[in-house]
Amino acid sequence: MTASMKVYLDNSATTLVAPEVIESMLPYFSGDIGNASSVHSFGQRAKAAVETARRQIAELIKAAPSEIVFVSGGTEADNLAIRGIAEAHSATGRHIITSAIEHPAVLATCEALESSGFRVTYAPVSSAGVVDPQQIREAIKDDTILVSIMQANNEIGTVQPLEEIGRFVRERRRAGASNLHFHTDAVQSAGKIPIDVDDLGVDLLSLTAHKFHGPKGAGALYVKKGTRLGKLFYGGHHERDRRPGTENVPGIVGLGRAADLAAQELSERSDRMRGLRNYLEDSLKQRLTDMKINGDGAPRLPNVSNVSFAGVDGESVLINLDLKGIAVSTGAACSSGSLEPSHVLKALALTKEEIRGSVRFSLGAFTTQAEIDYAIAVTVEAVKRLRELAPAAEESARASL
Amino acid sequence: MYTKEVEDHLANPRNAGELIEPSGTGDVVNQVCNDRIRLTLHIVDGVITDAKFKASGCPPTVAAASVLTTLIIGQEIERAAQLSRNDVIAALVRLPPAKIHSAVLAIEALQGALDCINNREEVSGAKK
Ligand SMILES: Cc1ncc(COP(=O)(O)O)c(C=O)c1O
Ligand code: FES
Repeated sequence: MTASMKVYLDNSATTLVAPEVIESMLPYFSGDIGNASSVHSFGQRAKAAVETARRQIAELIKAAPSEIVFVSGGTEADNLAIRGIAEAHSATGRHIITSAIEHPAVLATCEALESSGFRVTYAPVSSAGVVDPQQIREAIKDDTILVSIMQANNEIGTVQPLEEIGRFVRERRRAGASNLHFHTDAVQSAGKIPIDVDDLGVDLLSLTAHKFHGPKGAGALYVKKGTRLGKLFYGGHHERDRRPGTENVPGIVGLGRAADLAAQELSERSDRMRGLRNYLEDSLKQRLTDMKINGDGAPRLPNVSNVSFAGVDGESVLINLDLKGIAVSTGAACSSGSLEPSHVLKALALTKEEIRGSVRFSLGAFTTQAEIDYAIAVTVEAVKRLRELAPAAEESARASL
Repeated sequence: MYTKEVEDHLANPRNAGELIEPSGTGDVVNQVCNDRIRLTLHIVDGVITDAKFKASGCPPTVAAASVLTTLIIGQEIERAAQLSRNDVIAALVRLPPAKIHSAVLAIEALQGALDCINNREEVSGAKK
């Protein structure tokens, strides 16, 4: 435990690029520089590298390589899935179902569609942060063309019951709703929990490299064979006509290699992260009173811990930790330049105070025991100090403003 | 996002705590975000001889309360009464626009403490 230790516990925001991934990308910046559409040998080597990455991504989620479309990241994958379905199927229906705790890449896209005449149902979640599959089933109407539910939430890490929702979608399709589609944003879960697109029953799945030790700006959308999808961009015939533009070859290669590593080390990485995460939570609970683990009691990703410390401000904890070299995030009000508290924590029906005191610790595949020990010590000290600094609740205060 | 002065006052608050038998107490809460500052003062012969604060809320609120104590200790109360939010902001170098009300809250806590002295009418030199 050293004062100069740097501890990155914000892996839900982004992760470091694994050394093997960097290594795999380097040749495509200067040696193998071809455009994957070119006929010469440079182009063909680039093309071969892109196709290897396509197989690696397909393997990670148990899809066919031809079902993988490379895009610029999670945001584009979500936009392409939702807008693509909306555009291609609006003649048969204009209703979309999603959840209240989606990432803005999904929510804002749905809101934009609402202003062009689509109806959107935002399914609520339980206080543990999970959607109720029965509610989704009941929300499906004759004009529903898309159900979009994230696989795991980015703030609290809760894993959603996709298999069950997938069964209801299939059931409905067998009963004639041939235009009903199922999309999941698997940006947080890909590479952390096993994924099989057929078991989940999804037609579309979004992922992005930078959440599992790959580079920023490279992602993929799985599009089940035979799915009709509109386009976001117009241009050449890349990616089977689904996404024009010269491929980001180094990024795609890095995405593929990161997926390959994640697939190989999946259980080892997740066991390690879960062990450290549970140790973090148990240690904090032992040493601090009045704290609550958000999403506890629901299935959760192995690497995320969202904790509410009563009586303190999450951002004050964050800055105290940052000054000691530890990076975390908070869903508290007044943070990140926004006066709005997190829509996810609001959807969990937390009290204002619980939202205020929330801090997210998110681990990566490279997080160590020593780092967690340091984070525990610094967090306990910061929370205790902030609580001591607070005026006693029983003293009365005069309202300002 | 915050200046190093804000961060320093958060990590190393000056004059944190509560005075025993204070000459004046100001305790104010922001109704919007619930940030709270409680300021206690000792006054001797019209001079603030000591000040302590307690605060809960975002980093700027804690920092504003902390820096305020450094601005008022040793001051005559007439001078202290003239301090404005801008003096608090200047002492912290800068606050994000959305956080200006942290400095406002600190000034209100000071005014509350000084009003409380005036109301008692027992301290010499505490005329308004
Ligand atoms: C759940 C979720 N969806 C989508 C995104 C957006 O991904 P990207 O940053 O690759 O655009 C993120 C990451 O910020 C996320 O956590
Ligand atoms: S939380 Fe709003 S100013 Fe402190």
